[in-house]
Amino acid sequence: MEVIAIKVPLVKNILEANDKISDLNKRFFDDKNVLVVNIMSSPGAGKTTLISNTINALKDEFKIGVIEGDIQSTYDAEKIAETGAQVVQINTGGACHLDGNMIRDTFDQLDFDNMDLLIVENVGNLVCPAEFQMGEDFKVMLLSIPEGDDKPLKYPLMFHESSVLLVNKIDLLPYIECDVDKIKKESLKINPEIKIFEVSGKIGTGLDQWFNWLKEKIRQKNDSK
Amino acid sequence: MHELSIIESIVDIILEEMPKHNLTRVTKVSLRIGDMRQVVPEAMQFGFEVVTKNTPLEGADFLIEHIPIKGQCEKCKHEFLVQSWLDNCPRCEHPNIQIIAGKELEIAEFEGT
Repeated sequence: MEVIAIKVPLVKNILEANDKISDLNKRFFDDKNVLVVNIMSSPGAGKTTLISNTINALKDEFKIGVIEGDIQSTYDAEKIAETGAQVVQINTGGACHLDGNMIRDTFDQLDFDNMDLLIVENVGNLVCPAEFQMGEDFKVMLLSIPEGDDKPLKYPLMFHESSVLLVNKIDLLPYIECDVDKIKKESLKINPEIKIFEVSGKIGTGLDQWFNWLKEKIRQKNDSK
Repeated sequence: MHELSIIESIVDIILEEMPKHNLTRVTKVSLRIGDMRQVVPEAMQFGFEVVTKNTPLEGADFLIEHIPIKGQCEKCKHEFLVQSWLDNCPRCEHPNIQIIAGKELEIAEFEGT
């Protein structure tokens, strides 16, 4: 006897389970009036240094928490802990990105009633983190100029999904062949809404624009009480 | 390798759907994936074979339909296939283009017995 296969039309978003958890996370953060930014870049672009400097610049005015995502090690969390901010390390054990569930798992380790801003440092990677929502308000991307000016066209989804692009290590410009105008032009082509700041996380160039953007967003979130 | 996470989600969804249709085996899985999603088809295929071992999905045909990136001009609303991110609207030359297709990541259908 011939067995006839049954066809099941589904049309279902594959990442629906993650999107649902992200929506729950978002509701939780909104309820606590905590602004959440998801910081993404390739490894070594300067996320941890930028986050440390951001905390130091904002900590007198705002209460800040950090979730550190890495495949292994607690190196970054230790560095952030020196700023005095609340910090939790997630080790993904191989996964190349953070997702909604991993963020949810930290909820009992952070005091959200004592927090205005949660900074999530994603796993260093220009591909996978762009695919997975976690309940953040904004995605912020770092691109350091030694990585090259061809990145917007090579990793368009990351640029398309981000609200802010920080062009980092701008102090290295005299030593590096990198066309910053090309980065800006092509990023804006992929995402006309993206805000672009040229910064040096190390020596502080341009960071005020980033701090001001962030402060404004924190205040807006607080005012929505 | 976000392909593995994506495959795990696919398998979870189908295992949940199967009893609703009285299916005990899956013979075919069809996906629709937009070209903006940076998934590697070979990695998907390999991930599917690994993750479905010893499940009712083992050995099923695994098909991916690629959806090209489609843009719509913000000004004149003209719709067109995006060849390069640097293209302006081919009709009015406006630079701002909204992406209206190419981000799909869907299970289109599956078959089973």
